[in-house]
Amino acid sequence: MIPELGQMALVLALCLALAQSFFGLVGAQRGSGAWMATVRPAAIGQFLFTGLAFLLLVSCLLRSDFSVLYVAQNSNTELPWIYKIAAAWGAHEGSLLLWATVLALWTVVVALFSRNLPLQFVSRVLGVMGIISIGFLLFMLTTSDPFTRLLPPAQQGADLNPILQDPAMAGHPPMLYMGYVGLSVAFAFAVAALIGGKMDSTWARWARPWTIVAWLFLTLGITLGSWWSYYELGWGGWWFWDPVENASFMPWLVATALIHSLNVTEKRGMFKSWTALLAIAAFSLSLVGTFLVRSGVLISVHAFATDPRRGIFVLALIGVVVGGSLALYAWRAPKLVSEDGFSALSRETFLLLNNLFLVVVALAILLGTLYPLVLDALNLGKISVGPPYFNSIFMPLMLPLLILVGIGPYLYWKHDTLKRLLSQFKITVWIVVAASIIILVALWGRAGIATVLGVIIAGWLLLSTAMNVVMRWRRRQKVTRGIWGMTLAHLGVGVLALGIAVTSSMSVAEDTTLAPGQSTLVHGYRFTFDGTRNVRGPNYQAIEADIRITRNGKQVTVLHPQKRIYDGANSSATEADLDPGLFRDLYVAMGDPLGNGAWSMRLQYKPLVRFLWLGGLLMAFGGILAVSDRRRRATVSVPKYTDERQAVAKG
Amino acid sequence: MKALLFLLPVGILVLLILLFWKGLYLNPSQVPSPLIGKPVPQFSLPGVGGTSASLTSADFKGHVSILNVWATWCIPCRDEQPELEKLAQQKVVTIYGLNYKDDADSAVQWLQSRGNPYAKDGYDPKGKVALNFGVYGVPETFVVDSYGIIRHKYIGPLTASLISTQLIPLVHELQQVSK
Repeated sequence: MIPELGQMALVLALCLALAQSFFGLVGAQRGSGAWMATVRPAAIGQFLFTGLAFLLLVSCLLRSDFSVLYVAQNSNTELPWIYKIAAAWGAHEGSLLLWATVLALWTVVVALFSRNLPLQFVSRVLGVMGIISIGFLLFMLTTSDPFTRLLPPAQQGADLNPILQDPAMAGHPPMLYMGYVGLSVAFAFAVAALIGGKMDSTWARWARPWTIVAWLFLTLGITLGSWWSYYELGWGGWWFWDPVENASFMPWLVATALIHSLNVTEKRGMFKSWTALLAIAAFSLSLVGTFLVRSGVLISVHAFATDPRRGIFVLALIGVVVGGSLALYAWRAPKLVSEDGFSALSRETFLLLNNLFLVVVALAILLGTLYPLVLDALNLGKISVGPPYFNSIFMPLMLPLLILVGIGPYLYWKHDTLKRLLSQFKITVWIVVAASIIILVALWGRAGIATVLGVIIAGWLLLSTAMNVVMRWRRRQKVTRGIWGMTLAHLGVGVLALGIAVTSSMSVAEDTTLAPGQSTLVHGYRFTFDGTRNVRGPNYQAIEADIRITRNGKQVTVLHPQKRIYDGANSSATEADLDPGLFRDLYVAMGDPLGNGAWSMRLQYKPLVRFLWLGGLLMAFGGILAVSDRRRRATVSVPKYTDERQAVAKG
Repeated sequence: MKALLFLLPVGILVLLILLFWKGLYLNPSQVPSPLIGKPVPQFSLPGVGGTSASLTSADFKGHVSILNVWATWCIPCRDEQPELEKLAQQKVVTIYGLNYKDDADSAVQWLQSRGNPYAKDGYDPKGKVALNFGVYGVPETFVVDSYGIIRHKYIGPLTASLISTQLIPLVHELQQVSK
C-alpha cells in the first residue's frame, strides 16, 4: 500500500507543479493577481507531496519492504539503519527522487522568503522552477519509478553498494544536490528577469544570496566527495578528473564566476547580459552533468548499467529548459545595457578577468570530458582523456588567476591608479620575496619548479588576502561580514592551492609486502606489521591488520586497516586507515593476502593533504558569513524594484 | 553582428544536443583492444581455490571459447553471472573464467552459491595475467577463435540481448570458419 501512496504523491506533486508553472508564468504575463496568488500555495503543496513520497521511500527502506524493487536491489535487513536511509539515494531512482525533493525544498524556501519581492517577479521565478520540477517528476514517473513493485517479494535484499556505506558518502549526495539544484534558483531569477526585460542592481542583490548558498553547498559536496574518495577508495587519491567529478566541478567554476559577476551587476549595474548567461550556464551544466552521469554516454566509475530511454529523456529536458532559456537570452539580452563604464585598472577589470579564467577553465574541462565522445561520434576513433590533459590545462590557467585574486580586493571600483595600488603592496611584496627565497632554498632539489611556483603563489594569495583585512582595520574601515566572507573564501583558495602543490608532488607512497613482524621505513616513519585478526561487523566480515607506526623509536599510532567482505553483496571492500594530522597524514591500505600471513600493503606519507578539505571548508564558511551579512538581509527587504538609480547610488 | 553573438550560446547548445543524441547510440565501452587479431598471451594459472583445473593458454586451441574476467567485488558481475550461467547451459561455447584480483575464499563461495558457468577458472589474485590481456575493468569478456586468436572484446557486463544478438552469432561465425 505504501509504495502506491508514494506513486500517488508523486502524481499529485506533478499536478501541483503544472499549476505552479502555468499560473506562475501565464498569470505574471496577464498581470492577474488572482492567478499569481495561487502560485505560492501550489509550490508549498508540491513540496509537501514530493517530500511525502521521499519519506515513504525511506520508510520502505527502514521496514525492509522487499516487495519494492528498489529496496530489494539496494538495501538489506542487516544494513545499519543510517545506511538504510542513505540507500534512498544510493541508486538511480532514489537519487532522482532526492533531486526532485531538494528542488521542491528550494522552491518552497524561495516562495516563503520572497514576500518582499514584487509578486509578478516571484510568480515568474516559481513558474520557471515549476517547469524544472515537472521535468524531473515526469522523468521519474515514466522511466525511473522508485516504487516499482517486485512480485513475488525478495527474501533478502541485495545490500547497498559497500563503497557507499560510509558517513561521508551518506552525506555527499544530498549536499551536492543542494548545490546542483540550488543553482536552479539563480537560473530561474535570470529567466524571470529576461522575461520581464529588466535586470538591474536590485535584481542582482536578490539573486546573489541564493547563488552563494547554492555555491556553498556545492563546495561542501565536492569537498566531502573528495575526502571520501581519499580514504574510502583505498589508494589515497583525492581527485581523478573522472567525468562525474568534472560534472560537479564545471557548475562550481561557473557558479564561482557568477558570484563575482553578480557583484559587479549589484554594485555597478554592469555585466548584465553576461551575468544572465552565467546564471543560465551554471544550472545548465548541472543538467548536462546529470545527463552525462545517467545516460551512459561516457565511461565512468560511477555508471555502468544504463537505460537509453533515460538518456533521451534528460536530453529532451535539456533541450526544453536550457534551449528555451538560451533562446530567450538571445532575444532579450541585447536590450540589457550597462549603466556605466570602467577604466582598464579597476575592480571591474579584475572581476572580468576572474570570470574569463574561470569560464575558460570550465570550457577546457567540458572539452576534455566530451572529446572522447566527439571523436567517437565523428568516427575518428576511440580515446580516453586522462589526468595529464586536465592537469596541463588546469595548472597554467589557475596560477595566474590566483595571483589576480590577491590583487582584486584592493582595487577601487570604476577607476584606480597604479601608484595607489602599488603603495598598498609595499610590505606584502617584500615579505613574499623574502619568503620565496626561503621556500626556494628549502625545497631546492626536493620539489619541481611547479611545486615551488605553486607554494609561492599560494603564499602570496594568503598573505595579500590577510593584509587586505589588516589594512582595513588600520584605516579604521568597517570590516563587514561580506568582506569577512570574501576574505575567508579567498584564504580557502590559498590553503587549497598550497595543499595541492605540496601533497601532489611531495607525497611518498610505498607498495610493499609485509609478513607479521616485518617493518618498513617510509619518510622517517617505521611501519611495523603486527599481524591480522578476524573482525565481525554488523553486515560484514573483516580481516583487520595491526600496523604500529613509530618515529625515532617513539610510537606515533597504531592503525587498523581492514579488508571487508560484505554478506549481502558478497563483495569485498578495502577499508584504509589513517592517522590524520594538520601537516601530514599517515595512510595504510591492505592489498592482497600473499600466503603465510603476509599481505601486500600500500603505505603512504601525505604532507598537507588536510589542507585540501580545510580549504574547501574555509570557502564554504566564507559563503555562510557573506550570506549572513545584515546589510544583505536588510536590502532583500527593500522592495524598490523600479528605482534602480537609487540602488546604484547606494551600492 | 552583435545579435549573432547573443545567438552563439543557443548554437553551442544545439551542437551539444546533437552530439549527445549521437552519443546515446554509441557504445563507449566498445574499445577496440590492441590484442584483437593477436594470439592469447602465454600464461598458466591455478584454478580458483585449488579445486577446479588450472587454466593455460593451451586451453584456447581447437575450439571457440570465451574468457570472462570477473571478481566477487565487482558489482556489475552480479548481473552478468546469471546470463553466463544460461549461456553455459546452452553449451554453444566453452566459457573460461579469469578471476581477477580477488580473494580465493570469496570466489569459491560465490561459485558455490551462484553457480559455476566456467569450464575452467583461472585464479589471478594480482592481476598479472589480466595485465597481459589488457584488462582495465571488470567485467570484460574476450572471444577467442579455435586457433587461439582473440577476435573480440566486450567491456562491461554481458546482457541477455548482447549475448543473443551479438555474442552467439559471432561464436557461430567463428565456428563455421574453423570447420
